[in-house]
Amino acid sequence: MTVNVIALNTFKEAVRDRVLYLLLFFAAVSIIFSRVLALLTVGDRVKIIKDVGLASISLFGVLMAILIGTGLVYKEIEKRTIFTLISKPIRRHEFLLGKFFGLVVTLAVMVAAMSLIFLAIVFFHTWTVEARLFLAVVYIFLELVLVTAVAILFSSFSTPILSSLFALAFYLIGHFSWSLETLIKKARGTGKTALQILHLVLPDLENFNLKTEVVHGLPLSTANLLYAAAYGLVYTAFVLVLAVLIFRRRDFI
Amino acid sequence: MDAVLALENVRKAFSTGFIPQKKEILKGISLSVGAGEIFGYLGPNGAGKTTTLLCVLGLIFPDAGTITMFGRPHLDPAAKERVGFLPENPYFYDYLTAREFLDFYAKLFKVAPAERRDRISRLLKLVDMERAADLPLRKFSRGMLQRVGLAQALVNEPALVILDEPLGGLDPIGRKEIRDIIIRLRAEGQTVFLSSHILQDIEMICDRVAIIVGGRILSQGRLADLISEKVLFTEVEVSGLGPDELSGHGECLSTQAGRALLKVFEERGVEDVLDLVRRRHGKIHSLIPRTQTLEDLFVDMVKQQ
Repeated sequence: MTVNVIALNTFKEAVRDRVLYLLLFFAAVSIIFSRVLALLTVGDRVKIIKDVGLASISLFGVLMAILIGTGLVYKEIEKRTIFTLISKPIRRHEFLLGKFFGLVVTLAVMVAAMSLIFLAIVFFHTWTVEARLFLAVVYIFLELVLVTAVAILFSSFSTPILSSLFALAFYLIGHFSWSLETLIKKARGTGKTALQILHLVLPDLENFNLKTEVVHGLPLSTANLLYAAAYGLVYTAFVLVLAVLIFRRRDFI
Repeated sequence: MDAVLALENVRKAFSTGFIPQKKEILKGISLSVGAGEIFGYLGPNGAGKTTTLLCVLGLIFPDAGTITMFGRPHLDPAAKERVGFLPENPYFYDYLTAREFLDFYAKLFKVAPAERRDRISRLLKLVDMERAADLPLRKFSRGMLQRVGLAQALVNEPALVILDEPLGGLDPIGRKEIRDIIIRLRAEGQTVFLSSHILQDIEMICDRVAIIVGGRILSQGRLADLISEKVLFTEVEVSGLGPDELSGHGECLSTQAGRALLKVFEERGVEDVLDLVRRRHGKIHSLIPRTQTLEDLFVDMVKQQ
C-alpha cells in the first residue's frame, strides 16, 4: 500500500522529467534511422532494421534507467523531501522499493512507446507481426529492471554522477563478462579457479540478449529463456536487498 | 503530566573530512515534553537543534541514549502514526499542486478517500491557502511553502507536532497567523515541540523551554521559573527639561527632538524623576519597567559558554 503510493509519486516525478523525453526522442530517431541504414546494406534489409531497432531500445532504455534512477533517491535526500517522508510511519525499505517500482513502471511505459515505433516500422516492411520480437523486447525490459535496481543501489549512498558511472560500468561489464569463458578455457591451476569465481560474481547481461536468435531466425530454447528470466529476477532481488541494507542504517543530513 | 516525548542522554557525533574526524554535535541531551504543552527548543545556529529533531524522527540514528514517544521506542510505526513534522526551509515535490501534495501525504497515513478530501479542504482553510490549492508548488513563495508544510504536518491529526523553525522566513502577518494556529493546536489538546532562534515568538507562546548551546542543554523549565520577574531598570522618556537638569537622575540613552530617554535603576530614582518633571512642568511620554527577558537569559548563557 505505502509502496504503491510512493511508486505512483515516483512515476509522476519521472514522467515530468525532461531528460526522459529527450532520450525518447533520440531513441525514436535512432529506430527510424535503421530504415536509412537498411538502404545502404547489401542483403536482408529487415534484418538490419530489427537489429538496429532492438539495440536502440536496449541502449536508450539503459540510459533512461541510469540517468533517472541514479537521481531519484539522491534528489530526495539533497532536497530534503525525504525528511517529511521518513518521519511518517514508513519503513525505509518501503521508500526504496516504492522508488524502484515507480521507475520500473516508467520504464515499462517508455519501452512500450519505443517498441511501438519499432514494431510499426518492421510491420510496414514485412506486413506480418512477429511474436519473437515481443519476446526480445520483454527480455530487454528484464535487463532494464536489473540495471534500475543497480542504479538505485548506487544512488542510495553515492552522488548521481558517480552512481551513473558505476551503473554504466555494471552494464558494460555485464555485456563483456561472457568473454571470460574463453579465457577460463585457456587458463590453468589457481588462475583458472580465480577466473571462474570472477565469472560467477560478475553479472552476465548477455543472458537477456535475444537479438541474434530473433533477427536471424535461430531456434530459442525454453530452458535458456527460463534460466535468463530467473537469473534476472534473482539478481534484481539480490541487488535490492543490498540497497535496503545500506539504506536502512544511513543518516540523512 | 505524562511525557509525550522523552529523550534520555542522547549523543551523536558525525565524521567529516577526507581523513574522518569525529565531531560531537549532541553531548547528552535529556528532555521531556508533557502532553498538551507548547515546548520551545531554542539555541543559536549550529547548537544541535535540528540534529536533535532528526534523531527524534528517525532520520538519523543517535550513537547513544534512548528516545521514547508516547511511551514507545521512537522508531515504532505506531508512535510515528501520531506525529506530524515540518522541517526547516521545507522543499517539497514542486511538480505537485498543493492539493495533490497533501493528498499524497494523507495516503501515506492510509486516510480513507472521502475523509481525505474533507480533511485537506479543512487544512487548506486553516493555513489560508485555499486560493492556491491547485497551483503547482514550484510557483509558491517561501511563506506559502511554509503554510502548506504546516498543513502537511497536520494531515494525520497528530497528537505531537514537531516544528523546526516554523516562523522562519515569514513576514510579521504570516508569523502571527502561524503563531495563532500553534496556540489553537494546544487548545485542541495537541502537543507542540518547536525549535526556534526567534526568541520573541517562543516567549509569547511557549509553556516550557529548553535552551541548548553547543550540544548541551543548559537550562530547562517553565518560562516563569527561568526568567526573574524583578525589574532590572526603568526607561523613562521625558521632554521639557534640559540635559543638565536630568544628569544625576539616571543614564541618558538618547536625546532627540527635545525628548530624552533615561535609564533609571532604582524605584526611588523613578519617583525623583517624576517629581522633577512635575515641578518643571515637563512631560512624561513613556515609562517602561524592564524585567529580564528570555533574550537576556539566552545571551547570558551563550556568553558564559
